[in-house]
Amino acid sequence: MLDALAEVLGDGLPDHLDRVAEFLRRRFTGDYEIDDYGLDPHLTEHVLIPLVQPLYRHWFRVASHGRDTIPPGGALVVANHAGTLPVDGLMLHVDLWEASGRHPRELGADLVFETPVIGHFARKSGVTRANNRDADDLLARGELVVVFPEGFKGLGKPFASRYQLERFGRGGFVATALRAGVPIVPTAIVGSEEIYPLLWDARQIARALGLPYFPFVAQMLALPFLGPVGLLPLPSKWSITYGEPIDTSDLGPDAADDPMVVFELADRVRSTIQDMLTTILMGRQSVFF
Amino acid sequence: MSSRRVLLTGVGRPIMARMARRLAAHPDVDLVVGVDTHEPRRLGPVRFVRAELSNPIVGATLRDEGIDTLVHAGMHTAPRAAGGRRRMKERNVIGSMQLLAAAQHAEDLRHVVLKSFTVLYGSDAADPGVFSEDTPVDRTASGFTRDVIDVEGYATGLARRRPDLDLTTLRFANFVGGVEDSALSGFFSLPVVPSVLGFDPRLQFCHAEDAVEVVVRAVTDPRPGLYNVAGPGALYLSQAIRQAGRMRLPVPGAFVTGMADLANRSGRVDVPTDQLSFLLFGRVVDVTRLVTEFGYTPTHTTPEAFAAFLERRRQRGVTRRDLLALQQAVAARLRQPAGDA
Repeated sequence: MLDALAEVLGDGLPDHLDRVAEFLRRRFTGDYEIDDYGLDPHLTEHVLIPLVQPLYRHWFRVASHGRDTIPPGGALVVANHAGTLPVDGLMLHVDLWEASGRHPRELGADLVFETPVIGHFARKSGVTRANNRDADDLLARGELVVVFPEGFKGLGKPFASRYQLERFGRGGFVATALRAGVPIVPTAIVGSEEIYPLLWDARQIARALGLPYFPFVAQMLALPFLGPVGLLPLPSKWSITYGEPIDTSDLGPDAADDPMVVFELADRVRSTIQDMLTTILMGRQSVFF
Repeated sequence: MSSRRVLLTGVGRPIMARMARRLAAHPDVDLVVGVDTHEPRRLGPVRFVRAELSNPIVGATLRDEGIDTLVHAGMHTAPRAAGGRRRMKERNVIGSMQLLAAAQHAEDLRHVVLKSFTVLYGSDAADPGVFSEDTPVDRTASGFTRDVIDVEGYATGLARRRPDLDLTTLRFANFVGGVEDSALSGFFSLPVVPSVLGFDPRLQFCHAEDAVEVVVRAVTDPRPGLYNVAGPGALYLSQAIRQAGRMRLPVPGAFVTGMADLANRSGRVDVPTDQLSFLLFGRVVDVTRLVTEFGYTPTHTTPEAFAAFLERRRQRGVTRRDLLALQQAVAARLRQPAGDA
């Protein structure tokens, strides 16, 4: 029967089946390696990224600019965060993976890791909880660390304030970059704001459930007509733009303890990303094309 | 190097007995006294004292034998074996307290080596992904974790009151792969291994040989300080279960305690039910300081230590090698030109 299959499906089949068998064998016997922080490249490259790639290529049609500015060593990639669900994190991961062949290490909120299923898949794809110790260690190892300093404030902001950056936290990400002496790569993501237009944030429900926000998105209006299909993200046209890296090594690690330096640098990064967003939006013809 | 006179608690466990024998065989060591409530099978030249930690005979031995190095490895980790959780706490906390109080009055004592556990970092979603020695311990802890934190506290207290005395605290991950396996090995022998639905903790192991070597070095070439001891790297629970050739049984979080009780009752495992958050988030420690400051590089990474453990158990059923052979056989068959068979 195997011979018949091979005859019908041509020469490529054995190799393809071989690869699938290889994947399954390694997966089901635990024959793969993970790192201390739980990144599982085997799962990420063979399952998670291929699952997200169609969304990246065909749904959001992500255009990527400025890839050649991504430093080869440790760097802190700082991006805007929007879209109700952190789809931008997934798209940025795929983009950085395709650009550099490195798995970016996103710093996530506690809530991510408290959530069943999401938490461990996040960890397996390279996300770790945002804290100084881990961020310092990952940068020292020369990893690309990704932060979204707006956090939930950015994700859960109303549609009306799209592409207006929220406060960049307390600038902890700047202190991290200063301690490690790595460059900061300001990154502008366009398209994420339109995927789930957030019309109303039900604060009471959110508080009762212990969530940062409880979104009512535009798609929910279509729910009675389209069913669950209506909950797909809107197919906005995305672009991810990496700006010129901001060098921090000349300031020295001691500057991390100086609130003035930290605030000023955080503000500079924020306004750089805001300017990049504004420029890109002015050149944009349509949200969807 | 002066001649050492060592007292080692918890010698009843096979791995500690091995440590004691290794110490006794070391050229710099004159005398090894082992203390426990039951005598292990092979002790060789080690002098055995049958006593609880709280027994005054331990303090008397410290003084009379002119002991200069105390290795406290006598904490109980498994509730049933220790006679129930309350008894375990009593023996761990009160026992250690009295042992260290006796140590304070032992004039010849110069070095204390404490065998501690990485459990004291706790296990929580809000923890760092990897724990360093200076990561704060889990202050809200209860149960065994609390015991460990308290005992470390007594040991640092002793070092503060006796400035002529140096303290080496070794925080070990779960032992596997040597003369004896920890509670975790029973876990991987269950017919189906329970896990918590929607969570996949990272595990870390310390190969028993590495543990023995680290303690021997801590005694014969003291480098006082606080060190995590574990095989570098990590394994996911799901991955370890697959490597062990076992089936995973994901249990909804609400039933985990009940499942653990059930598993304990089966007699094959002795899991402290206060450690169950470990099944959600696991625990991985940084061993950089062990390598750079203590000067010891573990011979087994975590995956290697676990592989050694599986090897020792001579895993039955379908193994990784069987599957690899099957895959290669099928691939070879596919590549044969059609009709050639």
